[in-house]
Amino acid sequence: MEPFVTLTGVAAPLLRANIDTDLIIPKQFLKTLVRSGLGQHLFSEVRYDAEGRERPDFILNQAPYRAASILLAGPNFGCGSSREHAPWALKDFGIRAVLAPSFADIFYTNCFANGLLPVTLPMAAIETLATVAGPLTVDLPAQQVHGGGHSFPFELEPTRKAVLLEGLDEIKRTEANLADIAAFEARRRQTAPWVEIRVP
Amino acid sequence: MTARTLYDKIWDEHLVATRADGASLLYIDRHLVHEVTSPQAFEGLREAGRPLRRPNTILSVADHNVPTLDREKGIHDETCRLQVEALEANVKAYGVPYLPLLDDRQGIVHVVGPEQGFTLPGTTIVCGDSHTSTHGAFGALAFGIGTSEVEHVMATQTLPQRKSKNLRVRFEGSLPRNLGAKDLALALIGRIGTAGGTGHVMEFSGPAIRALSMEGRMTLCNMSIEGGARSGLVAPDETTFAYLQDRPLAPRDAMWEAALAHWRRLVSDESATFDTEVTLNVASLAPQVTWGTSPQWVTDIAGRVPDPETAASADDRLSMLRALEYMDLRPGTPIEAIDVQAVFIGSCTNGRIEDLREAAVVARGRRVAPGVRVLVVPGSGLVKRQAEAEGLDRIFLEAGFEWRQPGCSMCLGMNDDRLDEGVRCASTSNRNFEGRQGRGSRTHLVSPGMAAAAAVTGHFTDVRRLMEA
Repeated sequence: MEPFVTLTGVAAPLLRANIDTDLIIPKQFLKTLVRSGLGQHLFSEVRYDAEGRERPDFILNQAPYRAASILLAGPNFGCGSSREHAPWALKDFGIRAVLAPSFADIFYTNCFANGLLPVTLPMAAIETLATVAGPLTVDLPAQQVHGGGHSFPFELEPTRKAVLLEGLDEIKRTEANLADIAAFEARRRQTAPWVEIRVP
Repeated sequence: MTARTLYDKIWDEHLVATRADGASLLYIDRHLVHEVTSPQAFEGLREAGRPLRRPNTILSVADHNVPTLDREKGIHDETCRLQVEALEANVKAYGVPYLPLLDDRQGIVHVVGPEQGFTLPGTTIVCGDSHTSTHGAFGALAFGIGTSEVEHVMATQTLPQRKSKNLRVRFEGSLPRNLGAKDLALALIGRIGTAGGTGHVMEFSGPAIRALSMEGRMTLCNMSIEGGARSGLVAPDETTFAYLQDRPLAPRDAMWEAALAHWRRLVSDESATFDTEVTLNVASLAPQVTWGTSPQWVTDIAGRVPDPETAASADDRLSMLRALEYMDLRPGTPIEAIDVQAVFIGSCTNGRIEDLREAAVVARGRRVAPGVRVLVVPGSGLVKRQAEAEGLDRIFLEAGFEWRQPGCSMCLGMNDDRLDEGVRCASTSNRNFEGRQGRGSRTHLVSPGMAAAAAVTGHFTDVRRLMEA
């Protein structure tokens, strides 16, 4: 996975609350067998009209936000469906960081598996950053977002920070504990044997 | 020993190790797999040359993309068919148990798992689907995961997890007649909001929960995610055990007795403390109907569409204005004055036998209102068979409702079952998001009885007026 260290780029403000994953990537695009190519369908139903033409009033259809790599959003971003197609679509579009006052749990976890950084900041900070004309910088090592003379620190769990900074493979990390897993399984077969599936 | 909640107990029992980076590795007993969120996980295993650790802990079935008409003729939509075929090829290659499309046991993963006895109390269950919370009805720790986590579970049978906080919801009083678990779920989400349970596991308790059937408990736990909680939990009791006994994959004989002894201890200790407590008195609850584009925007059948000018904040006001514009509703409109053009009865929320019975009682001897299209989609082939044995299909057909084959169907419209732009639907599903049932469609979430009442009257109607007249 591509590491995330420091990102400087255009930040698109989409300050609605409760942006759900159905809105981020609608169901008709979930029929794919691969992780790539979803960027063109990101926010499809608000980005394009029924005939597939761009809606000029949608933020990602406006310069300079077509090239946005940061998204500013309202609270409870990514709620609803567990579809990992949401972070895949954001990343394929070019978004590497989403800044919001809060995130839904499954979406938040899915971000880290894809090198996408969800940054939790108070709504007032998001609103301030939305007024900055130039690019924003998200500095992961320093846990700071700055731009337009403003600077805001953010919290992040150290384990998750390391995953992004080093672009680590979660499965590989867990494989270091394979002996523990085998020992647990042997124990569980004794303590809870009914959990073993009987093949009918 | 310190007092523990049910969630604490299941967590402790599944903690494998603490990884070098400090993450807790939680053992996963059961994994449900469907066609939409699994192809990239299988592909990841293949690319890395990793084996699938325990194929027999998985149960797989196609549900999202499957046709609900003329299934025997195959899937005509090519992208849908390719995804189902990919699942079939993957489960074959990795030796994963699979319920084929034309098998009577096929259905929505969250209906099938409990039905087969795959879902057991005290286990950990995951699926690449947010409504995995459904299985918490059995006292299982069950939660939705992303595709990368699906791959992680396939490879290691574990997940790195952060412990959630404990939230207890107590439902006091007894539920009035003709109200059900869906009304409880919507009323709760209306109270706490769609982010109210974020970071928490929700345990449901109180007399109204003890009185609920397993179907009702599943409906409630299913909607936990709509309140922001990845998991809902109901402590198992005699209702749970009676449901599970003799299910195909449930333990038998001496093993059943051993399991039962363990399951009876799966309760939160009396002195356990919860990080958050919510209490709702349900004795005076009325049937719930959502009016907006988020499940938290709900009122009861006697209510009216709210006025954004009364919103608590400027942000809420903007959200409400946007929702009312999308839903084409004006503030102050009585809920009962809202006409519908479509009704959907089904989904992992309300596609079980009891839900169909609740709708059939209302439909019996009545006719669909002019201009309304009604789809009834059983949650599984076994639900369909049971409903037909009880004659529910005939009641629906005589009322002018369509009787379909099992699947996710119009809850999200990945197959052909979609609403056209501007169509307003009374739906027993779980999400009223913009575009959820079809681009520009307008969804109102209700119980199966309320959906049937809307079907026969053409507008939202208090089901109690039809049933208790």
